[in-house]
Amino acid sequence: MAETHSLQDLRHQAAIASKVYVQRDYNSGTICKFQTKFPSELESRVDRQQFEETMQTLNNLYAEAEKIGGKSYLEGCLACMTAYTVFLCMETHYEKVLKKIAKFIKEQNEKIYAPQGLLLTDPIERGLRVVEIIIFEDRSISSGR
Amino acid sequence: MNNCEYQQIDPQALVTPTPNPTLQPQPGGGNEKKRDKTLRKWEVFPGKNRFYCDGRIIMARQSGVLPLTIGLILVTTGLFFVFDCPFLVQHLTVFIPAIGGLLFVFVAISLLQTSFSDPGILPRATPEEAADIEKQIDSSGSSSYRPPPRTKEVLINQQVVKLKYCFTCKMFRPPRTSHCSLCDNCVERFDHHCPWVGNCVGKRNYRFFYTFIVSLSFLTAFIFGCVATHLALKAQGGRGLMFALQESPARYPFTKRLLTAVELVICFFSVWSILGLSGFHTYLVASNLTTNEDIKGSWSGKSGAEDTANPYSYNSIITNCCSVLCGPMPPSLIDRRGLVAVEASSQTIAVEMELSPLPAKTEINVCSQGSKDLLESATHASCPQPEKSQPVLTFNPALIAEPAVMPSLTCGGRHLSHTTSPPDERRQNHHHHNRHHKTRSKRSSSKQATLHISNPAYNVSLSPPASPGLRPSHAGAEERGRDTFVALR
Repeated sequence: MAETHSLQDLRHQAAIASKVYVQRDYNSGTICKFQTKFPSELESRVDRQQFEETMQTLNNLYAEAEKIGGKSYLEGCLACMTAYTVFLCMETHYEKVLKKIAKFIKEQNEKIYAPQGLLLTDPIERGLRVVEIIIFEDRSISSGR
Repeated sequence: MNNCEYQQIDPQALVTPTPNPTLQPQPGGGNEKKRDKTLRKWEVFPGKNRFYCDGRIIMARQSGVLPLTIGLILVTTGLFFVFDCPFLVQHLTVFIPAIGGLLFVFVAISLLQTSFSDPGILPRATPEEAADIEKQIDSSGSSSYRPPPRTKEVLINQQVVKLKYCFTCKMFRPPRTSHCSLCDNCVERFDHHCPWVGNCVGKRNYRFFYTFIVSLSFLTAFIFGCVATHLALKAQGGRGLMFALQESPARYPFTKRLLTAVELVICFFSVWSILGLSGFHTYLVASNLTTNEDIKGSWSGKSGAEDTANPYSYNSIITNCCSVLCGPMPPSLIDRRGLVAVEASSQTIAVEMELSPLPAKTEINVCSQGSKDLLESATHASCPQPEKSQPVLTFNPALIAEPAVMPSLTCGGRHLSHTTSPPDERRQNHHHHNRHHKTRSKRSSSKQATLHISNPAYNVSLSPPASPGLRPSHAGAEERGRDTFVALR
């Protein structure tokens, strides 16, 4: 593990100290929801409250994307009647919300996390499995082997 | 097989030039250097899928009997339009071909969508993620020699659900997710792998699949009805049904009679099996179950636990139907057409360095998979064999804990879980599919064991699993299989 890590460091010459992963929270079923527990590695970097707020907003956005209600039924019925060909032309509600989420994460990174040397990765790039938080180190410290 | 062994004995031979020389690791690089050729993610996809149209179309590696399905539908509908429609338009109404045409369009579109879309494949964990999970598992216990069982328990809707660790994808599977051994992917809300459609049926394409079988049952019933009406009307006009089929050669040449008979036979058998299948899936939709869960009896209390109720059900038929069929369409998580990022391509190189060069439509196979392919191709006579026998090494050099043979056992296990479905008239098609798997799994598992034993590179020696097809229950057969083989280490 350490070997791979250092190989990657050499490859990128990036100052990535470590990556923290926030896993999914399946207590509410299969809906997309991430744990809001504050990871200990971020203790020194960011405010606990702030982080939990970010995660909560993220969870709310995903809940909105997956919400089963009048609008989604309408979309579903319309799609069914057109033999789902409507998906080829129209952007689904989920995709619209995903764009919103991408914007939100970018905004959070710019405002809060980047100044602290952190970077949140959009979960969709990790298959909605985890929220990857990259912790950057100072460039003066290199972890070569 | 020779290829496989040679490469295992001499791992240095593996560090062959990649097909794309520009993907060499660049120690000094770090940032965007111009690549001569950028790869799309589908080209480096680790599962056993085939991609067409530059990643827009995804199918399972074996198309199964999809050509047969398409052929049957086309032939039957064609015969209907050619032989029955003219007569019925004349004698009944012009709406007959219109309805037939509409149903056929629905069937065709939903079939193509089921076959060509991503069923809900979960991309595999990145090496760092996998390492992080390993760390968590290790820290959580087990000082014994035997590795921990790798399950996580979660409470969903007051129901305890066990999340299993997928050794191939290196992550804990979300609830209702299952690993398809044929496609070598974890699929969300995995229903089953349908050979008729040539793809897995999962979260994203279940609604297409359901539309397909429902419209197909309407179509076959409609055609059957039309053919029967046609013959009945003809018989009325003449002297009985046999006369209708045996009219003077000038009007009814032999081929026409034969084709009508063929049409009748196909429709008759299709109607019952497809109607049955539609009925079964309607039941599943109404109770928010998957075929996988139903067969395993996860929520019906078969495993002896009391109070096992389906935690995903909304306890209302209408809500269940709406959420399954009309819920929001989830996006594809594998991003087939995305470009491989710099970081990702470097990671891919780490993987590639362990294996021989990837073919264009990539499959990172373990050797046992390669031998399974050999067996599959022997039965299907479709895939080329030796190139696919790639050496077994773990994807991630960091994670050497699990034996490389595990994924093959997952496959074997997967086969096992399919073999003992209760015979049920309504599940004819899947039973057929299960029997197909049964014969394959028996051969493959015994041969797999033999191959492993003969291979010096493996540390594991296996005894061939006894009568895999006769396991009494497959609920957790996978898990048990895995644990058994872990114990043999």
